[in-house]
Amino acid sequence: MADRKYTEDHEWVEVDGDSGVIGISEYAQEQLGDVVFVELPEVGKVLDRGDEVAVVESVKAAAEVYAPVGGEVLEVNEDLNGDPSLVNTDPFGDGWFAKLKLSDPDELDELMDEDTYKKFVEGLS
Amino acid sequence: MAAAGDTPPDGELLKTPLYDLHVAHGARIVPFAGYAMPVQYPDGIIAEHKHTRTAAGLFDVSHMGQAFLRGDDVLAAFETLVPGDIAGLGTGRTRYTLLLNDKGGIRDDLMATRISEDGADALFLVVNAACKDADFAHISGALAGRAELEILPDRALIALQGPQAEAVLAEHAPACRDLVFLSGADMTLGGADAFVTRSGYTGEDGYEISMSGDAASAFAATLLSDARVAPVGLGARDSLRLEAGLCLYGHDIDTDTTPVEAGLAWTVGKRRREEGGFPGADLILGQLADGAPRKRVGLLPEGRAPVREGAVIRDANGNGIGAVTSGGFAPSLERPIAMGYVATALSAPGTSVEIEIRNRTVAAEVAAIPFVEPGYKRA
Repeated sequence: MADRKYTEDHEWVEVDGDSGVIGISEYAQEQLGDVVFVELPEVGKVLDRGDEVAVVESVKAAAEVYAPVGGEVLEVNEDLNGDPSLVNTDPFGDGWFAKLKLSDPDELDELMDEDTYKKFVEGLS
Repeated sequence: MAAAGDTPPDGELLKTPLYDLHVAHGARIVPFAGYAMPVQYPDGIIAEHKHTRTAAGLFDVSHMGQAFLRGDDVLAAFETLVPGDIAGLGTGRTRYTLLLNDKGGIRDDLMATRISEDGADALFLVVNAACKDADFAHISGALAGRAELEILPDRALIALQGPQAEAVLAEHAPACRDLVFLSGADMTLGGADAFVTRSGYTGEDGYEISMSGDAASAFAATLLSDARVAPVGLGARDSLRLEAGLCLYGHDIDTDTTPVEAGLAWTVGKRRREEGGFPGADLILGQLADGAPRKRVGLLPEGRAPVREGAVIRDANGNGIGAVTSGGFAPSLERPIAMGYVATALSAPGTSVEIEIRNRTVAAEVAAIPFVEPGYKRA
């Protein structure tokens, strides 16, 4: 079971040592509809928690994605350039956005765990 | 991430007669022009778009305004409000035309069909949902004493569009095969009275069907049980019409755009150019003679990032030359497309421009409209 933490804006971070992979949740991709383009950050960019990390373009509109935790961008998912629909088909796996070197792991404590996020989403419908 | 449009309390929104059908088919409902409308169904916008271009898509456009206009000289009367040749419109023929204001700007675009009621001419009008109250007040007021408007608030309007539309509809009314593009006739569909025009807003062959609300709901359900037919929401309606180069009122055309600027000079009928007699005629005829300062064009941005309404268009030297009025992803072309206005000197297809998005510019090329070949069944 993946150890993902979530924000109220439906971003997730999956921690692995001192780095974390970020993306958006199943709920978010469903709300967005068909994703046609993802604008990814530059490798090396340093972000604070809550900074804009990516922009997702669906057919109808653009949506900002915010960094759930602060850190330096180590890697971005180049596959999304060729196939942005990965965000829709596999938002927790192949649809990942970027890998960050966490600047402050304590920030993770402020995020929701899997169960809490699940209840949060249920409360939205 | 930012939430896309939280649902407002739906007690404030109007519902079309097909609302329950949309919900039963898993529609995502959004507010549009005061109505609760389906923006998409579970398969998504891209699938709905592609289905319409390969089979038959069913659209609920009941939120649009429908009315009859009647009077002893109703055709001439209506000509005082629009630039089209209405008097010369054959019975049973439909014309795309524009309600104009005194500045030569566009109040709304609409379809007008000439019909015969017991030998008397009348017009069947279909106007945009967001404009219908203003349009009908304008028409009634301007033609008071000369023509009477009968608004049809309980009529539904459904559109069946795509290369399979004829085959599908012919199983219910074989006479639909005989309608040519931009013509209309009474038919019986699902045992109910219907007025059917061969017209649409997708660039595909297809029909727009006006029926009573109850009858439309039942007939739409029947159509949806046909394997060739899929429900299509407003999201794909927008991507389809954009590929077809069709204007969206309030975005590509508005009260500040003239038909000439909008690339709709063809709506000014030949006799009307000689006679005038429509609002803003002096300005419009002047533009026809001398050219307009700006033009609506197609735009092809490089790469995959869509450019959206409001994006500034610049020339190679960075000078602002216009703005995007409609933009998005074109599923049939697998790339972004847009429409906008540019200074006429830079409006030739192939002209290189730059479009500002967020904090960077995207190279783009002016392109001819439409982006996709239409499939209309002309005579």
